[in-house]
Amino acid sequence: MSPTLSLFLIISAALFSIGLLAALSRRHAIFILIGIELMLAAANLNFIAFWRFGPQPQSPTGVMVAIFSIAIAAAEAAVGLALVIAVYRHYRTTSVDKLDQLKG
Amino acid sequence: MSTAAFTVIAILTLAGALAAASLPKLIHAALCLVIAFVGIAAFFFLLGAEFVGLVQVFVYVGAVAVLIVFTILLTRRADEKTGGFNWGGVVIAIAVFAGLIWAILQTPSLSLPAPLIEALTVKRIGEVLMTDYIWPLQCVGLLLTAALIGGLILVMEEKP
Repeated sequence: MSPTLSLFLIISAALFSIGLLAALSRRHAIFILIGIELMLAAANLNFIAFWRFGPQPQSPTGVMVAIFSIAIAAAEAAVGLALVIAVYRHYRTTSVDKLDQLKG
Repeated sequence: MSTAAFTVIAILTLAGALAAASLPKLIHAALCLVIAFVGIAAFFFLLGAEFVGLVQVFVYVGAVAVLIVFTILLTRRADEKTGGFNWGGVVIAIAVFAGLIWAILQTPSLSLPAPLIEALTVKRIGEVLMTDYIWPLQCVGLLLTAALIGGLILVMEEKP
């Protein structure tokens, strides 16, 4: 018996939840970025799984979406990490709890 | 697609992701993230999308993980605690996971076997990228240029 689509979706859901856990519960900016990257990778896994098990696996649509999504995720990571470095220069911290200057 | 390979890759990926989300030291979490990314690339290979798997290894393992490690080393301070854990996030993540699993198990058409296909060659991907997807490709090029310039401006030394 080979793995079915629902198994891949379950793995992807687990990865997304782990990413959400990292993004919501860690208080360090780089951990939040790691969580976002995990969530994006889970979405990519979903794209590829639906493409492979879908009715038209001959057309490369799902692969194209995944490739563009990876490119955009790379741009997001670069800008996010640049923001972390810029914030660190100003405040000498990377904990998101200490960045509360705009708090009323 | 063999079940044994699927099981091994699934355990590796989920363990790497869980370690990346929960380890207290940042550098360890970044290295475990690499394991999770390699596992996802192996999933892509298993699903017959070899090119995406290779792109995943190049971009995530080669670029994003190295970028994260660089940022960790640039912003590290000995006295700073990376701890601090919000348990509300755990509850929300478990709730989201339960909802997704419920939706997946409720859908009956997901247990179909994968149709047999001929392998998607890189030549075909290149052809499609240059014909049907030329506008998305240009837009991604523009986005990457903007991200490059934006990243440089963000980390540039400020003049006093």
